[in-house]
Amino acid sequence: MIALLCLAGLFISLYLWLYKIGIIGTMMCGTGGCETVQTSPESVFLGVEVALIGVIGYAVLLLVALVGTAPAQADALGPSVLLAGLSGGAVGFTLYLKYLEFFVIGAVCRWCVASAVIILVVFGLSLLDLRRLRGAMG
Amino acid sequence: MAKQQQPGLNRFYLLLGGIAVLGAGGLAYLAMSRRAVSIPVDVTVLAADTAGFRGYLIGSPDAPVEVTEYADYQCPACQSFATIQFPDVKARLIDTGKLRWRYRDFPLDQIHPFARLAAHSAACADEQGKFEAQFEQINTGFAAWNRGGANGVFRGYAEAIGLDAARYDDCMRSARYAGRIQASLEEGARLGVSGTPTFLINGRLYTDGLNSEQIRQIVDSLAAAAATP
Repeated sequence: MIALLCLAGLFISLYLWLYKIGIIGTMMCGTGGCETVQTSPESVFLGVEVALIGVIGYAVLLLVALVGTAPAQADALGPSVLLAGLSGGAVGFTLYLKYLEFFVIGAVCRWCVASAVIILVVFGLSLLDLRRLRGAMG
Repeated sequence: MAKQQQPGLNRFYLLLGGIAVLGAGGLAYLAMSRRAVSIPVDVTVLAADTAGFRGYLIGSPDAPVEVTEYADYQCPACQSFATIQFPDVKARLIDTGKLRWRYRDFPLDQIHPFARLAAHSAACADEQGKFEAQFEQINTGFAAWNRGGANGVFRGYAEAIGLDAARYDDCMRSARYAGRIQASLEEGARLGVSGTPTFLINGRLYTDGLNSEQIRQIVDSLAAAAATP
């Protein structure tokens, strides 16, 4: 489930990034807020496009999640800890981006909201998985 | 991680692979879609971009006075000038042969993300001889595209003013006037333009904005000076 969500997040980020670098010219976004957000100065963080950070972040999360699904890693704590840590950091970054959207840019991008929901669910699931594994270890 | 049985795991990988293929296909389709339009900012200006083009001329080329306006479609002051002051200037000075108006693009990309797209849309309308109509639509419809969805809105204007939609789409996709827009921006910057709207009249830059009455006074005084032996 976590891997599937990460894959969906990866495609959303990739879509936003392809728009940002001019490969996709028009965004499918009912309110038009996506273009406003994606073309705002806040769409770049420390010189890197936020969408690209999303692409890299989701790709790493997907990789960790896939490693975790391997039979040899089924009961290993490492991937789950890493997943919870990384997605926790991503949730923090997402909250910062939501603040920018609502209070600085004044526009909301639906794709960004979808990504925020995905990362929150990934974080929640990874915490549940961590709890389950710790419980199993006694 | 939840322990999974091998057949279940295989099904999971299959599902994941299927979604990956669908997602990649969808993105590829969007990237190649006819609606894809992007006007590059970091374009190198070629000689051909500016050959024979010195801005959009409105009015008679023989009018004794010329005003060059450097403007940005997404600048509220420019939009206000275009919709409130310019119609008066046009009726009193341009249409009467006293003044010719030269419109030049000066898109401020850092604060106006759709200004260059708007400029290119007007350039594509100009290609079909309808610059003024598209210019008016873009300015009067400012609120409809200022916050997003600009490309679709401009295309709607293009259809409304009777442009050949296929030619317009091809023009926008090719971004063939990107160099010309950039050349206009660079030329304005060389002259000392830093904000919009800025007017260049008889070698002097007016950076604080002008209304139609002020423009009339300047034009009248320049015309009178030119008529004095």
